[in-house]
Amino acid sequence: MTTRNVLEAHAIIKDLGQGAGKVRALKGVDLELHRGDLTLLMGPSGSGKTTLLSILGCILSPTSGDIVIAGRAIGGLSPEALAKVRREHIGFIFQSYNLFPTLNAEENVRLGLDVRGMRSRTALDRARAALERVGLAKKFKSYPGNMSGGEQQRVAVARALASEPSVILADEPTAALDSENGQAVMALLAEIAQDKSRAVLAVTHDHRTLPYADRIIRIEDGLIAGEDRPESKAKGVATSADAATGKDEASKQQAAPEDTAA
Amino acid sequence: MVGTLALRNLFHDRIRLIVTLVGILFSVVLVAVQLGLYMGARKMIIGMIDNANAQIWITAFGTKSFEEAPFLNGSERFTALSTPGVAGAIPLVVSFAQWRKPGGGSQLCVVVGTDPKDNGLKPWNVIAGSPEAVSNPNAVMVDRSYLSSLAINGMGDTAQIENVRVEVAGMTDGIRSFTTAPYVFTSLTRARRILGGNSQQATFFLVQVKPGVDVKQVQTALRARLPNREILTTAEFRNRSLDHWLFGTGAGIALIGGALLGLLVGTVIVAQTLYSSTKDHLNEFATLRALGSSKGYINKVILAQAGLSAIMGYALGMSIALAILYASRDTALPIVMTPGLAVGLFTLTLGMCAISAVSAIMKVTRIDPAMVFAR
Repeated sequence: MTTRNVLEAHAIIKDLGQGAGKVRALKGVDLELHRGDLTLLMGPSGSGKTTLLSILGCILSPTSGDIVIAGRAIGGLSPEALAKVRREHIGFIFQSYNLFPTLNAEENVRLGLDVRGMRSRTALDRARAALERVGLAKKFKSYPGNMSGGEQQRVAVARALASEPSVILADEPTAALDSENGQAVMALLAEIAQDKSRAVLAVTHDHRTLPYADRIIRIEDGLIAGEDRPESKAKGVATSADAATGKDEASKQQAAPEDTAA
Repeated sequence: MVGTLALRNLFHDRIRLIVTLVGILFSVVLVAVQLGLYMGARKMIIGMIDNANAQIWITAFGTKSFEEAPFLNGSERFTALSTPGVAGAIPLVVSFAQWRKPGGGSQLCVVVGTDPKDNGLKPWNVIAGSPEAVSNPNAVMVDRSYLSSLAINGMGDTAQIENVRVEVAGMTDGIRSFTTAPYVFTSLTRARRILGGNSQQATFFLVQVKPGVDVKQVQTALRARLPNREILTTAEFRNRSLDHWLFGTGAGIALIGGALLGLLVGTVIVAQTLYSSTKDHLNEFATLRALGSSKGYINKVILAQAGLSAIMGYALGMSIALAILYASRDTALPIVMTPGLAVGLFTLTLGMCAISAVSAIMKVTRIDPAMVFAR
């Protein structure tokens, strides 16, 4: 594993189901995530994107193949050991935000730290700093039910960010958002990915996200079909605060490049 | 955050919380009342035995309880007094008799004949007169709570026990009888006259052991000298009485059975509501798991929910149980609540809720964190 790579997957095969219903969802995937990159994983429905994301996120174990995260091979680890890897190295952002409706924004972020054993004042400070970073300084005490979809997704980003993981994995982070909020969240992810200590991988169908990508990986029928590295991107155009509040006009005006996956 | 999340999960669905609390409350009240009745019964059964100044009881073979002992011939007293280590052997006469009410009719009572000077068994909790008053002519001492069932009003009232005229010369408070037949203290001589015994006879001899002498050793010596008599330590006689009244009659089984039923019903209700709450929050638990929480962390959340439910349910249930206890204070079988019982009941409630959490914990144990991607 090179120092540039924070995650490596080699020859990943994953069979789903049993007996006659058994399906090979991944047929030998090789993938690397680089520090400082926002990588988009794109592909049609049923191509294996979510399965691959689950395996890279140590939620599913591959049928065969090797995963190395932050220099550590995770093959053969028990579910509890995999949970520990997730705690220490991985942050998740979900399509449906997956916030706790009974907790306010600050508590949602703190909960992500609490499961990692971070408590007391330090956790509170980190949670608030993460929320400020995503532009929610005035929403610490707001409950998910009283927030817009974009705001909820930014809380989810703050939750993933607060624990300072090596890898952030995002599953369709803009799918439930309107264009403006979707752009804001992508700008935020792009900015987060600029941090050379971590990599960000986002599974997406949304072509509006393309301008923010450092790399675009296409998956089809359980195999990596290709990789593109766009020459120009919107990254850097949006500052976190502007992007988070959806005010970045430049990013809105940026034309999406041609779909490289097509 | 575990406590915060547990509390918010509980209050998220108020109706379910109310059902949970009603389940626990019902259970706590039922168990508190049943165990309180058991404790009350126990206190009444062993009250006389515990207040007697004796380490060993000599009584007729086969005697099962304080109230049901035939006369001994009286020679036992001298045998006991000649046994090494025995400081005294005090006669006590106890038996059922008919209290003839002044206005007609009768009531079964338990005559307790004792000589206060002997320092064997004296009335306690005396609220009128003095323990020594039972030595006065015709004197008896009764408990305040039995005045109406004895059809008298208080001090100075007269009645008959069997064919002997008696006069109330003192009153106690709280000396209750498990058999519901009121205890009537009187002198040893008068008790013998009422019950037809001669001047040497007694139903019990209360043996006082000299200081520093081993009670068991004296008991063994007495058994050797009085092979046809029961020679029981106070603890043995207490247990025998409890066995007879509580378990021989089935009363104790019924009370304990009621308490167990309360626990069972409470456990089922709490388990059902906790399980459905966990099921409703399954996606959140899956998210926690995806975020890397250990199974132990999630179990803590569920156990905290169970614990908080237990605390709230216990507080409500105990309030109602204490009100029932207060209302029962003048009934034939008053409910007793001791600090030990209250603490025990709280522990039991916590245990019940923890057991109730098992099904919910088993549900989350099988949770697949990959479900977070399927929404």
